[in-house]
Amino acid sequence: MTWRSPLALMRDALRGQRAREKDLRNLVSNLPYEGLEKAKQPNRYFPSNAIKTTKYTLLLFIPMNLFEQFHRLANIYFVGLAILNFIPVVNAFQPEVALIPICVILSLTALKDAWEDFRRYQSDRKLNNTPCLIYSRKEKQFVERRWKDVRVGDFVKVVCNEIVPADLLLLDTSDLKGVCLIETANLDGETNLKQRTVVSGLSNPEFEPESFNSVVVCERPNNNLNHFKCYVEKPDKERAGAGIESLLLRGCTVRNTDHAVGFVVYAGHETKSMLNNNESRYKRSKLERKLNIDVIFCVILLFAMCLVGALGHFLWLQALPGVPPYLVADSSGHLDGPSLSGFYMFFTMIILLQILIPISLYVSIELVKIGQIFFITNDIDLFDEETDSRMQCKSLNITEDLGQIEYIFSDKTGTLTENKMVFRRCSVMGTEYPHKENAIRLAVLDEPESEEEVIFNQRPQSLQTGWSLDAEDTAPRDTTQRRGSRRRSKVAGIAQSDVAFSSPLETEVIPDKKLLQQISRAESSSGSRKTDPYLDFFLALAICNTVVVSMATAQRRRVSVSPRSYHTTNLLERLSSLVKNVGSSCLSSCKRKPKRNRTFSENSVVEEDHFRPSVKMETTKDTYGLQTCSLHAASQSNKPAATSGDLRYEAESPDEAALVYAAKAYGFILLARTPDSVTVRLPSGEDLVFEVLDTLTFDSNRKRMSVLVRHPITKEYVLFTKGADYAIMELLGTPYAEHFSGSKKNIAADTQHHLDCYAKEGLRTLCVTKKVVSAKVYESWLVDRQRALAAIDNREELIMDTAVQMETNLTLLGATGIEDRLQENVPDTIMALREAGIQVWVLTGDKPETAVNIGYACRLLEEEDLVINMSCNNKLTCTSILDCTLEEVRRYSADPRNVDTTPDISLVIDGRTLAMALSPDLQERFVDLAKRCRSVLCCRVTPLQKSRVVKVVRERLKVMTLAIGDGANDVNMIQAADIGIGISGQEGMQAVMASDFAISRFRHLKKLLLVHGHWCYTRLANMIIYFFYKNVAYVNLLFWYQFFCGFSGTAMIDYWLMIFFNLFFTSAPPIMFGIMDKDVSAEVLLGVPELYRTGQGAGEYKCSTFWVSILDAFYQSLVCFFIPYLAYQDSDIDLFTFGTPLNTISLFTILLHLSIEIKAWTVVHWVIMLGSVALYFIVTLAYSAICVTCNPPSNPYWILQSQMADPMFYLICLISTVVALLPRYTFHVMRNSIAPSPLVQARHLDQLDPSEREQWIKEWRSFRGGGQVKRSRLSTPPSPSLETHADIFPESPTASDIIGDDFTLNVISENYQGPVHT
Amino acid sequence: MVKQEQELDNRPDNTAFTQQRLPAWQPMLSAGIIIPGFVLIGLAFIGIGVALFVTSRSIQVLEIDYTGVAQDSPCFKCSDPNAKNCMCTMEFSIDSLFQGPVFFYYGLTNYFQNYRRYGVSKDANQLSGDLEYFTNPSDDCAPYVYDNNKPIVPCGSVANSMFNDTFKLFQIVNGARKQVPLDGKGIAWWTDYNVKYRNPNVTPLRNAFNGTVKPVFWSRPAYELDPTDPANNGFINQDFLVWMRRAALPNFRKLYRRITEGDFAEGLPAGNYSLEIAYNYPVLSFDGEKKVVFSNVSWMGGKNEFLGIAYLVIGSLCVVMSIVMLIVYAKFKFPEED
Repeated sequence: MTWRSPLALMRDALRGQRAREKDLRNLVSNLPYEGLEKAKQPNRYFPSNAIKTTKYTLLLFIPMNLFEQFHRLANIYFVGLAILNFIPVVNAFQPEVALIPICVILSLTALKDAWEDFRRYQSDRKLNNTPCLIYSRKEKQFVERRWKDVRVGDFVKVVCNEIVPADLLLLDTSDLKGVCLIETANLDGETNLKQRTVVSGLSNPEFEPESFNSVVVCERPNNNLNHFKCYVEKPDKERAGAGIESLLLRGCTVRNTDHAVGFVVYAGHETKSMLNNNESRYKRSKLERKLNIDVIFCVILLFAMCLVGALGHFLWLQALPGVPPYLVADSSGHLDGPSLSGFYMFFTMIILLQILIPISLYVSIELVKIGQIFFITNDIDLFDEETDSRMQCKSLNITEDLGQIEYIFSDKTGTLTENKMVFRRCSVMGTEYPHKENAIRLAVLDEPESEEEVIFNQRPQSLQTGWSLDAEDTAPRDTTQRRGSRRRSKVAGIAQSDVAFSSPLETEVIPDKKLLQQISRAESSSGSRKTDPYLDFFLALAICNTVVVSMATAQRRRVSVSPRSYHTTNLLERLSSLVKNVGSSCLSSCKRKPKRNRTFSENSVVEEDHFRPSVKMETTKDTYGLQTCSLHAASQSNKPAATSGDLRYEAESPDEAALVYAAKAYGFILLARTPDSVTVRLPSGEDLVFEVLDTLTFDSNRKRMSVLVRHPITKEYVLFTKGADYAIMELLGTPYAEHFSGSKKNIAADTQHHLDCYAKEGLRTLCVTKKVVSAKVYESWLVDRQRALAAIDNREELIMDTAVQMETNLTLLGATGIEDRLQENVPDTIMALREAGIQVWVLTGDKPETAVNIGYACRLLEEEDLVINMSCNNKLTCTSILDCTLEEVRRYSADPRNVDTTPDISLVIDGRTLAMALSPDLQERFVDLAKRCRSVLCCRVTPLQKSRVVKVVRERLKVMTLAIGDGANDVNMIQAADIGIGISGQEGMQAVMASDFAISRFRHLKKLLLVHGHWCYTRLANMIIYFFYKNVAYVNLLFWYQFFCGFSGTAMIDYWLMIFFNLFFTSAPPIMFGIMDKDVSAEVLLGVPELYRTGQGAGEYKCSTFWVSILDAFYQSLVCFFIPYLAYQDSDIDLFTFGTPLNTISLFTILLHLSIEIKAWTVVHWVIMLGSVALYFIVTLAYSAICVTCNPPSNPYWILQSQMADPMFYLICLISTVVALLPRYTFHVMRNSIAPSPLVQARHLDQLDPSEREQWIKEWRSFRGGGQVKRSRLSTPPSPSLETHADIFPESPTASDIIGDDFTLNVISENYQGPVHT
Repeated sequence: MVKQEQELDNRPDNTAFTQQRLPAWQPMLSAGIIIPGFVLIGLAFIGIGVALFVTSRSIQVLEIDYTGVAQDSPCFKCSDPNAKNCMCTMEFSIDSLFQGPVFFYYGLTNYFQNYRRYGVSKDANQLSGDLEYFTNPSDDCAPYVYDNNKPIVPCGSVANSMFNDTFKLFQIVNGARKQVPLDGKGIAWWTDYNVKYRNPNVTPLRNAFNGTVKPVFWSRPAYELDPTDPANNGFINQDFLVWMRRAALPNFRKLYRRITEGDFAEGLPAGNYSLEIAYNYPVLSFDGEKKVVFSNVSWMGGKNEFLGIAYLVIGSLCVVMSIVMLIVYAKFKFPEED
C-alpha cells in the first residue's frame, strides 16, 4: 500500500460520498482495470459484496454495548444509585457492594448481545464465503471466487439452482430467447417461478464480457423489490432501457436455466434484499404502558417513604438532648446539624429502599415473554402440516396483548378464504354456463375434508402415532387406515404442489357440456380463420396472463428449506404404494358412508397427472360416477400422453392459474410461453404460436392487464384484456356485432347481470375482452411505448399512460366466476371470536355483494341480523344517513325489550362511503355507529383506507385492535393495529414480514387468542402484580425498621443476603409463574370463548388490583416485622439475629403468597418452589458458616445456625407467615365461594373428567343457543324497510338525492344458501 | 439424501411439556375444602399458645432501674456527668425463691446501637487479631482512629462506647452482706469468643499494643480489662464481646453475669439484697435509662407473653373462621349441579 496524504484520502472519501449519493450512477465494467490498484478502479466508491450485519466489533464491544444499554432508563437509575453510594455522606452500603446489581444486569445483557452478534457474524461469514463465478480477464473465463469478492462492475455467472450473490443486470442466459427463470422464495417466500429477460437492444448474439464497453446507468439503491430503473448506454450513445424484469436480485435462486450472466449493479449492503432487511420492530404492549404508570406510582411511594425517613431522622436528631455516644461525628469530629443530616438521609433512604422500583421486573418480563413465545411457537395445534410451518412470533414483547383484543380487522381474500382459486362458472357472449358437474365435484370433494379436520383438531396427540408413511404399516383399524391414506394423499399433494396452485382441486375443471358443444360448433364453423367469440374467449383465458409453463419433470431443488425429494423418488415404488393405498382404503371405506371418497378422487387425480389413466382410474370412475378426467379422455386420446400431462403452470396470482386450467379443460392448452411468443394448443390438436408484441402488466390503478399478440392465422394485431368488471365495462366499445347482428342481444347488459349474480354467490369476477388493433394504430402506439420504456424519469406513469391509450374500445367476450374457497373452520373461528366479545370487521377490496355473501358463509352475518347497507355518493347524504341510522340503532338498543341483549346489527359499507364517514367531522358518528354493530363489512377499500379504519377505531374507541391479512395490501393495516398478524399464504411474505405474529391458517387465530392470548395475559398480569407486591413487601421490612434505628438507614439483614434474596431466592418462582401458570385448561378456554372477556378492557391488571396488592404488601410487611419485634422486645437480641427471622418469614410469606396465586402445580412448580426454599437455607447457612470477616462491617457469622437451634425461631416464623397470609387466603376462599368469577367456574369445570366436561360444555352451549333463538323471537328488531325512509329523514333537504342513493336498511331474512360449503 | 420422514422438520415436539399438558394439581380455594384445614391449624395454634403462655408465666423477672433521674434514687448523685468514680447502692428484696440459674443483665433504653454509622465504626480485621491493622486501623473507625496520631486499639465508635458500669450483688443475711458469686464466663457467643474475635499471638499480650492507645472513653487499655483473669483480656474479654454484638432495638438488655455457683446455684433465695453499682456510664445525653434485670430462662428464652397470646388469638380466630366458612359453605354451595 502506497502512502497517501491525508488530504488526498479525505478528498477521495468525499468524492466517494458524492458518488454514492448521486441520483444516477454510471457503472462500467471492471475488466479493463483488472489487476490495478484500488485507487484506479472505476467503481471503487461502491461497497463490495461482503456483508457485515454485526453490531459490534471485537475491540469496541464493551464501550458500544454499554452505550447501547445506557439508553435504557432503568440502567441509568441503577448507575445513579451506585454513584450515590460512593458519596460518603449518603451511602447506605459498602460502595463496592452497591455495584453488584448493575454489574450483574449489564453483564447478563452484554452476554446475550454478544452471543446474538456472534451468531450474526457466523452467518455473515458463511454467506461471504459462498463460492460464485466471476469473470477474469487474465484467465479468459469465469473463475471461482467468494461472494465477498464480488464488486460492482463484475460479471458474475450463476448456474442453475444457485443463489444470486448480488443484484445483477441480466446480460446473457443459456436460453436462446434470453430468458432466465428465478424463484424469489428467499426474498418474499413466493415459490412460483418468475421470468427475467436479458436487457433488450444490446443485440449481441454472442455475449462476451470483455467486449462489454457500455455504461450502465442506474438509480440510487432503494429497497423496492419490484422496481428498478436503469439504462445501458452503448459507446454510440444509443440507450437501452431496462427495468426490474432484467434484474436478478441477490438471494434469488436461478431455476430451469442452465446459466445466466449478469453485470453487478449493486453489491453487499446496497442490494435490494439487504436494504429490505429491517430490524425487528419494537412495540410496547398495553400492559407495559400501564405498568409504567404503576412504576411511576412506585417512584412516588419511594419518595414519600424517603421523605418520611428524612423527616424522621431530622425530628429524632432534634429530640436528642445531647450528643449520645452512639452518634458518630465525621473524621474531623464535626457533627452535621439535624436538617442537613435529614437532607442526606433522604438519599440514603433512596439507596436503601431502591428495590421498591422494580428494575428486575423488566428483566423478568423479558424472560417470561421468551418463555411464553417458546410455548406459543411450540404449540402443535398452530403448526400447519401442509406448509410445514410453525407459528412465528416476530415481535417479542406483545404476547400479552393477544389476550386483550377487542376488535379484529380481517382481510378477506387469502385470510378468510384459501386464496386458492377454483374456476366455477363463466358467461360467454351473454350466455351463462353454470358448470353444474364441476360444482358437484367440488361439493363432494369438500365434505370429508372438513370432517377429517375436525378429527384432527380433537386429537392432535394422535397425529404422530396414527400416521405412518408406509401403507404396509398401517394398522388394520379403519380409522387409522383412513387417516393414513389421507396423510398419503396429502403428502402426494405436497409433492405435486411444490409450487402453489397445482393441487388437484384447483387444476381440475369439469367442462360444461353445453359450452363444449358450442366450442366444437364454433370450431367447425369458423374454419381456418379461428375467430369465433367462443374461441377468442378461451384463447384470451390461455394467453392473457403471465403464467409460466414448466415441465413437471424439470428439476427443481430447493436450497433454502428442507429439500423435498419427491421427484427423485422411485416412480415405481410410488406407483405400487399408491395402488395398495387406493385399494385398501377403497375396501375400508366402501363399507362406510359414501362421503368418504374424497381420498380416492384426490389420489386418482394425483395419479392421473403423473401417470396416464390406468385401470385404477376406471375403478374410481365406476364407483363414484365422477368423471374426473372425462375431458382428457375425450380431447386428448389421440395425443401423446406426456405432453400436456406434465405441464405445470406457475402464476403470480392464483386467479390466472385457475383461468389457464379452465382453458386447458376446454382443450385450449397453454403449452409454452416465452417473452416473444405464446404457444396454445387448440381442441382440434392444432398448435398455434402467437407472437407476443407487448404485455401491459397488471397494476392496482388500472385493475386490468392486457396482452398484445399477433394472430398467426389472420395476422391481425389482437389485444386481449382481462380485469375487474368496473374497470372494463366503461372501456367497452363495439360489440361483437358481425356474429350476432341478428339477435341484437345486449351482451354487455347480460354479462353485467351475470356478473352481479356471481358476486352475490361470492365468486370473484373477471371480464375478458378482445380488441383488434389496426397496423397503423399499433405502429404509432409502438413509438410512444418505446419512448416510455426507455424513459428514466416518470417511467411508470408513462408506461401506464401508454397502456391506458391502448386499452380502449374493447369488445366484451365474456366473464368468469372464480371461487375463492373459505378456509377450513373459518365460521367456527369467527363465531368463537364473537362469543369471546371480539368485534370482527372484514375489510376487503371486493364488491359488496361478494363480501356480504362471504359474510354469511363465514357466519360474520347471521340470518336474523339487522344489516345496514351504507353506500352513498355525496357527503350530505352520507351525513344524514349516518345520523338517522345512528338514531335508529340507539332507539333499537334503548328499547327495553332489547336491553338484555346485544343488538345484532351489522354494517356493510363501501369504500367511497367509508372515505366520507372517516372525514374528521363524521368520524365520531361513524365510530359511534360502528361501535354498536356486531360486525362491520367494508367493501372496495384501498390499502390506505384499511389502515385508516384501524387507526380511527383504535384511537377513537381506545380499544385493542388486531389486524390480520396475507397480502401486500394488508401491510398498512397490519402495521397500524396494536397487533398485526400475517398469514403466510399464497400472496408472498410481505404481510408476514410486517406482522408481529405469523400464522398459516385463519383458524389458528382461535387458539392463539382464546388460549395463548388468555394465558399470556393472565400469566403476565399476575406476575407483574406479584412482582410489585414482592418488592414492596420486602422493602417495607427495612422501612419499618427505620423507626427503631433513628431513621439512620440501617439494614438488619446482611446486604449480600438481601441481594441474594432478590437475585436467587425469589426470582425463579415468579418467572416460572409467568411462563407456566395455567388458570384454565385449553379445552375449556376453547369450549367457552366467553372466558376471553376477562382479559378485555382493563382485565385482570386494574388500578385497583395494583393498589390492593400494594396494601396487602404493606399489611404483610407490618406483620412480618412487628410479630418478631414484639416477640423479641426487651431481649438481648442482636441486629442480625433479629434480621434473620425477618428474612426467613418474608421468604416464606412471599413464596406462599405466590402459591396461593398459582392455579396449577406441575412438577416444575414443585421443584422451583421447594428449590427456592432449599436454596435459601443452603446459601444462607453456607454464607454464615464461611464468611467470618469477608464483608466488613456487616457480619452474619453463624447467625442462622444459632437461630435454627432455637425453637422460638420456628414458632415466630410459623405464626408470622400464617397471620400475614390469612387475609388473602380468606379473601380468595370467600370470593370463590360466594361470588365465583367466570374463571373460577371454568376451573371447576376443569376438574371434571374430560367426558363429563365436554358434556357440560355441550349442554351449556345448546342452552345458550336456545336462549338466543328465544331472544330473537321475543323482540323482533324493528323492520325498517324502504318506506320508512320518509320517517327517517323527514327534514332532509334533498330527499330526492337520498332516494336516488343506494341506501337500504333491511333485514335480510331469506335463508341464504352459502355458495361454499357450510 | 433426505428421507421423507424428515419432511416436517418444523413440527414442534409433541411432549407434555411443550404442549403445556403436564399433569397438574389444581387446588381450589373454596370454603368446603379448607374448613378442616382451618380447624386443624386453629387447634394446633391454641395448643402451642397454651404451652408458650404457661412457660412464659413461669419465668420470673426482676427489673431495677438505677438511672438516678429521680431525686430520691440512691444513684441520683451519680447521674451528674461530672461525678467521677461514683458508687451507689440499690436495695431490693425477693419474696420467694428466684429459680436458678439466674441471669443477670444490664439494660439500656433509648440507646441506638443499631445506628448505622455507629455500627459501621469498627475494624473487623483488627478485632480478629491482625497486627497490621493495629498500627493502621481502617477508616471505618472514624472519628476514633487516631488519638494524638497514635492508632486507637480497638478502634471505632462501638468499642469506644463500651458499657463500663460494674456491679456487685450482696445478699443481706441478718444484717451481714454476703456476696453473691457472679459467673462471667461463657456469657458471650461461643463463635465470638472462639472464631470472630482473636487476640494477636503475642505474649505477653500488652506487647501487641505497643505504640497504640486505648479508646478515648476507656479507663484501662484492652489488655487490662479484667485484672482478675489474664485470659479474659484483650478482644476476647467477655464483656467486650457482649457489647460488640450490637443490639437490634433501642431498648435492650445485655447479659452481665450468671448466678450459678455456690449457695445460689438453685437460685436467689427470698430475702433482701443489695446491689453495689460503680456508676460510670452517662445516659443523660440521650434520655436513656439504665437498669439491671434478673431473670431465669426457659426453652423459649426470656419472658415474653406476646407470642403465647398471639398464638391463642390466631388459633381461636381460625376456629371462628372455620365456623363462618361452614355457614358460607352451607349457603353458597358451589353450583356444580346447576
